[in-house]
Amino acid sequence: MAAAGVLEVDTPLISTAAPAERGLQCMAVERGGHLVPSPEHGLKRLLAAGAGPIYQMGPVFRAGEAGRWHNPEFCMLEWYRPRAAIDDIIEETEALLGAVTGLECAPRTSYRAVFLSVTGLDPIECATDALAAWARQRDLAPANMADEHDRAFWLDLIMSLAVQPTLGESAPICVTDFPAEDAVLVETHPDDDRVARRFECFWQGVELANGAQELTAAATARERMAREQRLRREAGRAVPPLDEKLLAAMTAGLPPCAGVALGVDRLLALVCGFDSLAPVLAFDWARR
Amino acid sequence: MATFNTNQFKGGLKIILDGDPYNIVENEFVKPGKGQAFNRVKLRNLKTNRVVERTFKSGDSVEAADVFNLDLQFLYHDGEFWHFMEPNSFEQYQAGEAAVGDSAQWIKAQDMCSVTLWNGTPLQVDAPNFVTLAVTETDPGVRGDTSGGGGKPATLETGAVVRVPLFIEEGEVLKVDTRKGEYVSRANES
Repeated sequence: MAAAGVLEVDTPLISTAAPAERGLQCMAVERGGHLVPSPEHGLKRLLAAGAGPIYQMGPVFRAGEAGRWHNPEFCMLEWYRPRAAIDDIIEETEALLGAVTGLECAPRTSYRAVFLSVTGLDPIECATDALAAWARQRDLAPANMADEHDRAFWLDLIMSLAVQPTLGESAPICVTDFPAEDAVLVETHPDDDRVARRFECFWQGVELANGAQELTAAATARERMAREQRLRREAGRAVPPLDEKLLAAMTAGLPPCAGVALGVDRLLALVCGFDSLAPVLAFDWARR
Repeated sequence: MATFNTNQFKGGLKIILDGDPYNIVENEFVKPGKGQAFNRVKLRNLKTNRVVERTFKSGDSVEAADVFNLDLQFLYHDGEFWHFMEPNSFEQYQAGEAAVGDSAQWIKAQDMCSVTLWNGTPLQVDAPNFVTLAVTETDPGVRGDTSGGGGKPATLETGAVVRVPLFIEEGEVLKVDTRKGEYVSRANES
């Protein structure tokens, strides 16, 4: 990162607020706030304060995420470049993955293309009911989900269980232009707001990195956070307070920027040829 | 009603699905970075032994199956049911053919079996790994042949047929491995 001109920073791991994204459940700290699920908010506040390219590598925390490829505490490498475009960050991510794995990344593709090729369904255009029917026909849908009309739910289900396992079989691959249903701090496409300017990298069916052209408009961020809070409330989940410090920083002015977060333990495990995280963790969640 | 949350899922956990008891064989936690979490689970139906794969929304709860194992003493077979007794409480249980299955050919009165109970009813009866049974019928022995090579069929007192060495005679008591259905040794040699 030093060679690439990216400065290491340390933002707090205990934050007074928590991200609004409905898919992120944070761990509360007694009398302290929340353990961060990623350093995104802290890094963006530094960018708004005028920092150049910055990164943070260290532990992040996500409640309830334990499994073969998940550990509630894991190591994340996250970096941002002010005035960079998403393509610059994708290129840099591919270069890093190439250097670590010794493989040349597979040609980039879009979410729409990979989803379409596996399912025959267009994830942006097709009706939510058609997604649900496709999943049910293949016994992928949980029981009692007749009332589930959240498009993001069905996209996540099909992506995770049917599409993702096919991605990056021989070399890491970047998949771009994710559906905007769950986008919060991400720009959408200027000519199609159903598509987010977000990408993910996969290798051997495992998600390794997630990056974006970052949203700069504070008003849009506040609207989307409110939407996420409403969805959390409807699902009966905890609703953490909005991160007003981040919103204030964005109001003061977040420069156009792009960034990415990469799961270091997953990359290490795959490079070592393991089929789970446990062998690269001193003590995994079950043995902590 | 006891329940389990998906975050308690692991191999060996017993749950109720569509009214049947299932044993979790494998549990895979699946979640896109910022998206919905799922559990993709392989389960064995404890009544039919069939393995199915199901998806659960992470965080959901499912009913726990009241399934546990007891060591029970086999008493007798009445033609339809196999009767067992818990040796301390003297409580009796009757198991049907579906539960006893292949174990029927290995067990005789007083053998201790591991019995899987669901709501107090035997779901599965496992014969002891090794049993000692007398030979009721086999061709005459060949004196001096201790090699065990070749062998011959022998019918045991429970009706089971195993291959035994040529030197085994009718009336001898044998040690048998019930998992492989194989002769191990004469009972007094082990």
